[in-house]
Amino acid sequence: MKPVQSRTLRIVNELGLHARSAAKLAKLAGEASGGVWILKNGNSADATSILDILTLACPKDAEITVSIEDEVDMKTLERIAALVRSGFGE
Amino acid sequence: MEERKSQEVILRGIGGSPGICIGKAYLVDKEGVDVVKKYIVSEESLSAEVGRFKTAVKKAGEALRRIIDDTPEEFRQHVQILETHVVVLEDKMLYDRTIDMIEKERINAEWALKKVVSLVKPKFENMSDDYLKQRAEDITHVSNRIMENLVGADPVDIARIDKRVILVARELSPEETSQIKLERIKGFVANRGGRDSHTGIIARTLEIPAVLGVGNATLKIKNDDIIIVDGKAGTVVVNPTEQTLLETEERRERYEMKKALVARKSHLPARSKDGIRISVMGNIELPEEVVSVLDHGGDGIGLYRTEFQYLSRPNLPSEEMLFENYKDVIDVMGKRPVTIRTLDINGDKTVNYIRDNQERNPALGLRAIRYCLKKPEIFKTQLRAILRAAAYGNVRILIPMISGVEEVEQAVQLLDEAAQHLEQQGIAHNRNVPVGIMIEVPSAVITADILAEKVDFFSIGTNDLIQYTLAIDRGNRHVAHLYQPLHPAILRMIKQTCEVARTAGIKTYMCGEMAGEPLYAPILLGLGVDELSTNPQTIPQVKDAIRSIDTTDVGDFMDAVMRQTTPDAVEALVAEKYGAVDEKDDHLKQEH
Repeated sequence: MKPVQSRTLRIVNELGLHARSAAKLAKLAGEASGGVWILKNGNSADATSILDILTLACPKDAEITVSIEDEVDMKTLERIAALVRSGFGE
Repeated sequence: MEERKSQEVILRGIGGSPGICIGKAYLVDKEGVDVVKKYIVSEESLSAEVGRFKTAVKKAGEALRRIIDDTPEEFRQHVQILETHVVVLEDKMLYDRTIDMIEKERINAEWALKKVVSLVKPKFENMSDDYLKQRAEDITHVSNRIMENLVGADPVDIARIDKRVILVARELSPEETSQIKLERIKGFVANRGGRDSHTGIIARTLEIPAVLGVGNATLKIKNDDIIIVDGKAGTVVVNPTEQTLLETEERRERYEMKKALVARKSHLPARSKDGIRISVMGNIELPEEVVSVLDHGGDGIGLYRTEFQYLSRPNLPSEEMLFENYKDVIDVMGKRPVTIRTLDINGDKTVNYIRDNQERNPALGLRAIRYCLKKPEIFKTQLRAILRAAAYGNVRILIPMISGVEEVEQAVQLLDEAAQHLEQQGIAHNRNVPVGIMIEVPSAVITADILAEKVDFFSIGTNDLIQYTLAIDRGNRHVAHLYQPLHPAILRMIKQTCEVARTAGIKTYMCGEMAGEPLYAPILLGLGVDELSTNPQTIPQVKDAIRSIDTTDVGDFMDAVMRQTTPDAVEALVAEKYGAVDEKDDHLKQEH
């Protein structure tokens, strides 16, 4: 499936996408009906898998693109974007 | 090849705690589910196999949740790593892929999980970022938890061991050590750890023979194997022959006799040849050890570590409970000094699930006085308990990990506040107690003149002082040999501390492991240390060593010591002049 919508975001929290922030992201992504993907430097990861997210190795200031495969998941995408921008509430 | 089975094997490690014991091995091997069988699952059993896997994951999740729920509110932030584990348990990369693997390859759940882990783990292990590299361990933890449930192996609950056995483990965390019914254990053998690791210290304190850093003990020793642990030589004999058993039994008796011989004089005060009396105190961790201090002729408690009351329970101890604990110790000691060190947690004495917290470098992190000043309510509860107990005996308060004078000022202020409240509430207490600080951070040595103005005594904690000064992790076997108490830098630091204290008119004590080494006694007295405190069972040897020193001719000797440029040269010099001090130990060493 092709991504229908995406957001490009910058990781702002000190620790980057580490286990706890990845867990928060994966939890949100898990609520989507379709696939949610994260892209970084040409590599992609399943946003519902904390381990897959971690393999992208995103430190602070890394740029990632989050995309959804289904229009109905727009809300989830916006919530993920808000979470990343807020530095995962850290 | 029947004979091979019982062939005698000798394993070598580091002597962690002296003494000899013979007994049955009891393996505590958390990763003991390495041996996984592979078998093919028939088409019709596949869904049952998947079900078995799902149940194992569910059980593992429930077990994790229980640990999280049982953790006191105060330490909750530290179990976040376990929250992560709960999520990882059902992560697609593990969970979904294992189920796929079972179905596609028609293999059993254990084998499928093992295969998936071996595919996922390297992704993390090969990462350059240290933090991410360590996530490989999370995967190991999580998959082990599932595996334990799959193979039906009971996770070993250390607290439930009630046989007279020799414990064999990869490594024991301080938390695990605190759960062991120590009176049940004959000895320890561990793959990791050095002489000065927490396990080593505990084993010595409780006079349990221990050999650490063996490397592959858990692979070479099987449950119920008969083994001999020689904590002095640092050897473990597996499946000893009849001959070896006999020889060992004789050697053990000789060792015990010698110990008894030294102990006979232990109740007499330690006076040097020229009549200077030096107090030799005991370090304790559990209130029960007080008896051991008195039995070994200790002149008081030089260090009462108070962490155990916090670590071996699900919530914070109450003021009342702490007070009772301290008073128990004080009552037994009578008029002898009892030095209570305030809480020193979050260094290496963390609960084992706290170890994996966000602090990259816990030894340099929020520990001891830093933690207490950040949590003044927890600290004040302890201070109140100490001040109340002080009404019943001769108490000194010792504050750990001081690195600057503000910390002392803040701690004293909290102490004053605690005393004021007790006064207002009309509760019996005694504020008039000596307050001292641990000298264990290099900055405290360098600013000793400033600190001396604010306190009543110094106590040099050599374990951490050496670790921080030489930048050596004493638990790391690759660098453990660089942990050198006689390093010229350490000798200079001790000297400077003692000199500054003398000028300021306060005493300098020493409560680290260094104080318990009889061979070092002449150097320590020469440097100006006023009182030594050591693990109870070494008190007799230290007293013995002091009796053979003449302090009137220690000056020239010290000049020579301070001219040496290497630890080895210092050791050679002291062995040459005071070798007799340590003769008993050498004698035993040569028998191997």
